[in-house]
Amino acid sequence: MADKKGWGLGSKLRGMFARSFVINEDTWDDLEATLLAADFGPDVTDELIDAVKASVAKIPPTDDDDFVRLLREVLEERLSRFDTTLKLQDRPAVVLVVGVNGVGKTTTIGKLAKFITTAGRSVVLGAADTFRAAAVDQLATWAERAGVQIVRPQQEGQDPSSVAFQTVEFAIAQSIDVAIVDTAGRLQTKSGLMDELSKIRRVIEKQSPIAEVLLVLDATTGQNGLVQAEAFLEHAGVTGLVLTKLDGSAKGGFVLAVQERTGIPVKLVGSGESIADLSGFSPVAFAAALVE
Amino acid sequence: MATFGNLSSRLTDALKSLRGKGKLTEADVDGTLREIRRAMLDADVSLTVVKSFQSAVRERALSDDVNKALNPAQQVVQIVNDELVTILGGQQRRIEFAKKPPTVIMLAGLQGSGKTTLAGKLAKWLAKEKHTPLLVACDLQRPNAVTQLEVIAGNAGVAIFAPEPGNGKGNPVKVAKDSLKYATDKLYDVVIIDTAGRLGVDAELMKEASDIRKATSPDEVFFVIDAMIGQDAVATAEAFQQGVDFTGVVLTKLDGDARGGAALSVVSATERPIMFASTGESLDDFEPFYPDRMASRILDLGDILTLIEQAQQTFDADEQAKVAQKIATETFTLEDFLEQMQQLKNMGSLKKMMGMLPGSGQMKAQLDNFDESEITRTEAIIRSMTPAERRNSRLLNGSRRLRIAQGSGVTVTDVNSLVNRFDQAAKMMKTVAKGKVPQIPGMGPIPGGIGGSRPKATKKKTSRSGNPAKRAAENAAISQGGQGGSGAGFGLGAATGAVDGGAGGVGDLSAEELADMQKLLGGR
Ligand SMILES: Nc1nc2c(ncn2[C@@H]2O[C@H](COP(=O)(O)OP(=O)(O)OP(=O)(O)O)[C@@H](O)[C@H]2O)c(=O)[nH]1
Ligand SMILES: [Mg+2]
Repeated sequence: MADKKGWGLGSKLRGMFARSFVINEDTWDDLEATLLAADFGPDVTDELIDAVKASVAKIPPTDDDDFVRLLREVLEERLSRFDTTLKLQDRPAVVLVVGVNGVGKTTTIGKLAKFITTAGRSVVLGAADTFRAAAVDQLATWAERAGVQIVRPQQEGQDPSSVAFQTVEFAIAQSIDVAIVDTAGRLQTKSGLMDELSKIRRVIEKQSPIAEVLLVLDATTGQNGLVQAEAFLEHAGVTGLVLTKLDGSAKGGFVLAVQERTGIPVKLVGSGESIADLSGFSPVAFAAALVE
Repeated sequence: MATFGNLSSRLTDALKSLRGKGKLTEADVDGTLREIRRAMLDADVSLTVVKSFQSAVRERALSDDVNKALNPAQQVVQIVNDELVTILGGQQRRIEFAKKPPTVIMLAGLQGSGKTTLAGKLAKWLAKEKHTPLLVACDLQRPNAVTQLEVIAGNAGVAIFAPEPGNGKGNPVKVAKDSLKYATDKLYDVVIIDTAGRLGVDAELMKEASDIRKATSPDEVFFVIDAMIGQDAVATAEAFQQGVDFTGVVLTKLDGDARGGAALSVVSATERPIMFASTGESLDDFEPFYPDRMASRILDLGDILTLIEQAQQTFDADEQAKVAQKIATETFTLEDFLEQMQQLKNMGSLKKMMGMLPGSGQMKAQLDNFDESEITRTEAIIRSMTPAERRNSRLLNGSRRLRIAQGSGVTVTDVNSLVNRFDQAAKMMKTVAKGKVPQIPGMGPIPGGIGGSRPKATKKKTSRSGNPAKRAAENAAISQGGQGGSGAGFGLGAATGAVDGGAGGVGDLSAEELADMQKLLGGR
């Protein structure tokens, strides 16, 4: 995991009070700049500032740490309105992983497979990205790293829904606990490809209900993250979000708006390229990291 | 699309409330800029860039010449768009090929930004341009990135150098270095180095990228960034600039619906040009970058810009037709007279321009003698008239003239002389309208016009009808057809424009007549 080098919100926030602790117009301007830079977007930023202002009016903070704590509480409160637990009770529990190109779907699947096997459950991966060059090999590499099985397409360019079907079939036949299906990255503007996702869903559901549809969002994304979430919710029935690449300088503040707009909670966060760089989403930890 | 209201619709509301035309007030500008600011933030432009952009636009909006065809909000939008295009396209250039092949192009960027696919697209594009590219697999990090590049090379029909298996095995710096010798031996003239994605904050990997650069001295280093990136774009771009010092930017995933405001931030922060755009998953979805398209994409201004263009065209055509009509039917009024004089006030720039034209010495002297306070006085007199009086000077009997003189603080003689001058001017307009004005030798129409940046109709396309009214009407029709017209940029330009088909301006008046005009407008 890369070194953060103090690009966190907290160092900026504390920088605001470098000289002495006075809350004035500049404070709010600086806070606005900091929140915007964390990709919260102009609307949520305004709301957050109003909330902080209200708290400040109620119990005036005494120093910069106090002010930062106040902001953290506002963030925590907004972030923790949703249930972040991954629902994997079904047997098999089928997990479909979707998202735009390059956000980290395949990598997340590798990490998640490891995460689940460590918890003592068996996993099979389904290589339903039959489109991108070498995508199947990439998933196979992760399957090997995680020590789990993989269902590959039988021929090149096979229909992704048939690979998904075979994966679930395999999980049922072999009594495997969790089946995770990788899909090709697709931009939400491509209606044909979005329809393909709906088809993959339908085909899987012929055999088993889907436990989770995870939408992977890249923390470096800006306000388009909202648009992505809305489109994937509509076509793929997303049930949870995964926020990746939090090991960089990007903060991924847009997920707050995504959660509130769509009602879908963030369930997992990725913070690196190694197999262990995945954790459950904790509003407290996320808010703390934002203001650290 | 997104559920949040876009700029076009919000600005359309702003446009509704700002119907008036003329000089922009600070309030108009600030109101529109507030919407623009919001939209830019929604489009992921960084706050610092938004702020400096806003102040640049503000300054220009408040100092620019008035564009009479547009309402204030439209004028601001126009300026905003111009500025966006200027920033996005300011540094534009083409690939620099090495004098001695191979030309080395290195790709760098964040994970998942689309480098590997882009490498294939670039190679295919170069092959089409009669180059012989070689793809080099230096992403030895991401699982099966090497295999991916191999497949892509096959699809693109280009060669690949991939001596290491990747997945953590092999030294990318060595591969990059070896590829140059390989290319020289095998006569490949462009080497494209695909590197592993890395974060700006990852010092170790950034050093590796910089080592690849040092080992290969690339002619171009492209920073590949995807159009969906948010506020982190600036920090990341700066980190890559310090780390590898890229020479150009490539914007990917433009087939999505992200506004791509980060492009603006990156160009502003690094002063590197955006060279190419990647617009889809097929290897042919690759094109040079178009700043104007990107500008209207960022602010979603397409519709508004179309409206503005239409307003402009209709205005120009209307204006020409109106003046032509007036002259033909002798309804040139004191109001028109006033309006034209006000435009004459902006003649500082005209003087400058005249000085630069050959054979305009005499006119320049005339213009230098031109007394602006005279215009102010004339303005005051006409403003003291009722609208009816302005429209019909025959109403101006003795008592009305006395009232006007008192209202504007001048003597009745002054009013009388103005009315006389106006009558003469109106007569002269008729002469001009009949097409009797000789051209000044060696002096064509003044390019660029005055008081606006509107497109000029070219002379060739204008009507040559002998009948002024008919000709004017035809000219109006031409500008309606999308050619644009001269509008009423310069005082009597609209009138002459009607005669000479939009090439208008003072260029069509003789020195003698200009002198007459000067006498009529201000002279004693
Ligand atoms: N730094 C960092 N990189 C990540 C993380 N997750 C994924 N990546 C990298 O992002 C790049 C893209 O990851 P993939 O897993 O191939 O993404 P994908 O969504 O499957 O991509 P496509 O299938 O091509 O759409 C790779 O270089 C990964 O190593 C993360 O949490 N942090
Ligand atoms: Mg993938």
